[in-house]
Amino acid sequence: MSTTLFGLTGAALVGIGLFGLIVHPTALRKLLAFNLVGAGVFLVFGVLARRAAAAGLAGDPVPQAIVITGIVVAFAATALAATLLARLSGPEEEP
Amino acid sequence: MTVSLLPVWAVLTPVLGLCALLLCERWMRPERVAAPFVGLSLYLSLSMTYEVMTSQAPLVYALGGWLPPLGLTLRADGVGVLLMALTALVMTGVAICAWTPPGDATARSRFSFWALLLALWSALNLAFTAQDLFNFFVALEMLSFAAVALVALDGTRGALIAALRYLLFALAGSILYLLGVGLIYGRYAVLDLAGLREIAQPDTVTLAALALMTAGLMAKTALFPLHLWLPPAHAGAPAPASAVLSALVVKAPFLIILRLWVDLLPLPAAAPQQIMAGLGAAAILVCSVIALRQQRLKLMIAYSTLAQVGYLFLMFPLMPGPAPWQDIGWTGGLLQLASHGFAKAAMFLAAGLIYEALGHDRVAELGGLARRQPVTLAAFAIAGLSLMGLPPSGGFIAKLLLLTAAVETGAWWIAAVILAGGILAAFYVFRALGHALADGDPPMAPVALYRQGAVLALALCALALGFVPLRPFALLAIGRPLEALEAMP
Amino acid sequence: MTELLALTLALPLLAGALFIVATASTRAALFGFFAFGLFLALAWVALDAVDVALTEAAIGGGATGLLLLRLNGRMRHPVSLGEPAGPRLKIAAGLLAALVTLALGALLLALPEPAPSLAAATVEPLPALGIGNPVTAVLIAYRALDTLLEIVVLLIAVVGLRALGTDRGWGGRPVPWPEGEPSPALVFLARLLIPAGLVFAVYLFWVGADAPGGKFQASTLVAALWLLAIMAGLAPAPCSGGRWTGRALAIGPLAFIVAGTIGIAAAGSFLAWPEPVAKPMIIAVELALAVSIVVALVLLVAGPPERETGR
Repeated sequence: MSTTLFGLTGAALVGIGLFGLIVHPTALRKLLAFNLVGAGVFLVFGVLARRAAAAGLAGDPVPQAIVITGIVVAFAATALAATLLARLSGPEEEP
Repeated sequence: MTVSLLPVWAVLTPVLGLCALLLCERWMRPERVAAPFVGLSLYLSLSMTYEVMTSQAPLVYALGGWLPPLGLTLRADGVGVLLMALTALVMTGVAICAWTPPGDATARSRFSFWALLLALWSALNLAFTAQDLFNFFVALEMLSFAAVALVALDGTRGALIAALRYLLFALAGSILYLLGVGLIYGRYAVLDLAGLREIAQPDTVTLAALALMTAGLMAKTALFPLHLWLPPAHAGAPAPASAVLSALVVKAPFLIILRLWVDLLPLPAAAPQQIMAGLGAAAILVCSVIALRQQRLKLMIAYSTLAQVGYLFLMFPLMPGPAPWQDIGWTGGLLQLASHGFAKAAMFLAAGLIYEALGHDRVAELGGLARRQPVTLAAFAIAGLSLMGLPPSGGFIAKLLLLTAAVETGAWWIAAVILAGGILAAFYVFRALGHALADGDPPMAPVALYRQGAVLALALCALALGFVPLRPFALLAIGRPLEALEAMP
Repeated sequence: MTELLALTLALPLLAGALFIVATASTRAALFGFFAFGLFLALAWVALDAVDVALTEAAIGGGATGLLLLRLNGRMRHPVSLGEPAGPRLKIAAGLLAALVTLALGALLLALPEPAPSLAAATVEPLPALGIGNPVTAVLIAYRALDTLLEIVVLLIAVVGLRALGTDRGWGGRPVPWPEGEPSPALVFLARLLIPAGLVFAVYLFWVGADAPGGKFQASTLVAALWLLAIMAGLAPAPCSGGRWTGRALAIGPLAFIVAGTIGIAAAGSFLAWPEPVAKPMIIAVELALAVSIVVALVLLVAGPPERETGR
């Protein structure tokens, strides 16, 4: 039951993030919304892992490992986007 | 199947090249560091193609000896090696063309170009040989990050905005794809394609997961109506980068869509296939018309890419048999992929050389090119032949096969779209050629002949594909149907 | 885990997400994001995924939040990608969001019970690998290729970040942060936290083989401490084109590939860990990976180079 609750929370985070993605025109807010959607998707993976608890483990390690890889990749994406934004908001120094 | 380390080295050799670039940044020119890795990767891809063709079996490797569903495998089947060979030849052509950078190239753009080129190559080889849904995700992320940075390489405001839009589309695609992967794992606890093929059921969760993954991949491959990011990105990148982006990068997500619908969950032709073909048809018609109206050569070529990607999606309803890889629709679609790869790479590189010579790429002011740069223009014309689907060219054979398949399956609307798309392509290619053949004597900077030769060689590759026989091509059926790995290789 | 605990974590998560999306002030949204990340990490603990919780707290919330906060401070004007949403668009977006939430929730409820699992398969080979934490085993053994290429993703991001910088700053250090003298309180905090943090990072790295923790968690902690030191003016930011930066970035993937090649000779397969020396080899590779990860993370948070090398 409580696992299901986290699953629904993950689904809601995806929805809320999607809403932010659509309504916010500025790139930084879109980036934040992206991170919310990503958090929701990762939470779904966590729920899948928890549901698949077996063999004396509290969760399936495969989806957990996938989330760890996913979080690092999402961070790299955010960093690239942030660099683009910093360049775009700065003064034009070069053509 | 043959156990072979070749796919592993095909993925890792460009990574080693990337590391070498980082280590030698202060001492050596980047192109000199990258060159041996380009050569080695070319050799690996071609020898894999040779191996698969002679042994008539896919090359498979289970990493660390761990078998799926726990472990990961790389598997180079007929389709995989075809795309790897395409990638290797295009990359080599691009490397030759970019060998002497334009005079205004900075240390930043030169180093970044070569490092990102190698990164893309590794990602592409992974996307073509991976067998695991999350492994695909890693390949797609490598691909997107490198491609986005290449788009922004010129540093102009337009290029930066184009790169930002591209990144946001790619991120949205990644998230949709990853959500689908999660649902598949929750349903089956398997991510390996062959393992899933044995147990996958067309139930709600599976279909929803496939729909999410397909939608995400469509955004990355720029299928209409998710295409808006592509023209500014591909037109704004430096020409050698545009060539790689248009010829190769958009093909990787497409191949994964194909693997999902043919390998993971082979379904008889139904609504999903019809929808994909419908979007493909819309892409051909809408984007060809927009291409006609472009004033800049590179933008015209970028819109043409959108139309040509549309053709790829026509193949889905044209493979109705229980063994789709025996159908001519399968062969036609994949030949279209390969010939468009060669032709589009040649076209973008030619546009880049024209830009270098003239200092602009305005279609209406190309007069005098025919006399001053005949080799480049010949390459452009030959590549155009393939895009239009005129004989002799790979594009002709591909579109003829698709047309025949459409007629055989009674999909008349697809046949009509293929014909209309060819006519529209003829309009926009001939419009550019007509201007280039006109008289004129604009001031032109010289362009080394070997670079023009490399472009011509790529165009001739597209032409050479026009001489394959008109029937299901044996290479493209190697390794099918997908079988699970049973013993430790 | 009880429903009450789940509720006490789920509600702040939802409230936090709504606040981040609804608030008009970007700065407030960013601070909301930090709090959100904290509750998310706790949710991961409640889901019995401590490894993920540590990664989420360090990278998902911490490093990402820091990065965006720094970005917000540096942006002179917001970069807009469209018009502000009108009421109609907002209603449509709200309906779409609700629909997506409901559909996704329904799909999750439709998943089979009992859930299929690879948990048993991940446990079985652990003794031969000499490690006790199955998550680490998935990352370093069963799906080692993913992990290797994930480090390559970080490398590509660093190359991309440098490519997005200006020509003038090529090969230099990132813009200083913050501009001006750091506050004495910050310097004091840094001097206090850095030694303690380093000890904890070594601990996390070491126990990662058998208990929750590992190279990512330890590396992010070291990276965070380094960033703190940079902010307090106690350490320089890495020079993006520097000799040591290049070496540090390349050592992780190279060590992984070399270990994989040793696996061919010693264990018959690329990326296989030969049984008697599996654990020392894994630790050596993880150490090399940690070096690459720390430098990549610091470079990614610090931003593109903009200062001349010779100061």
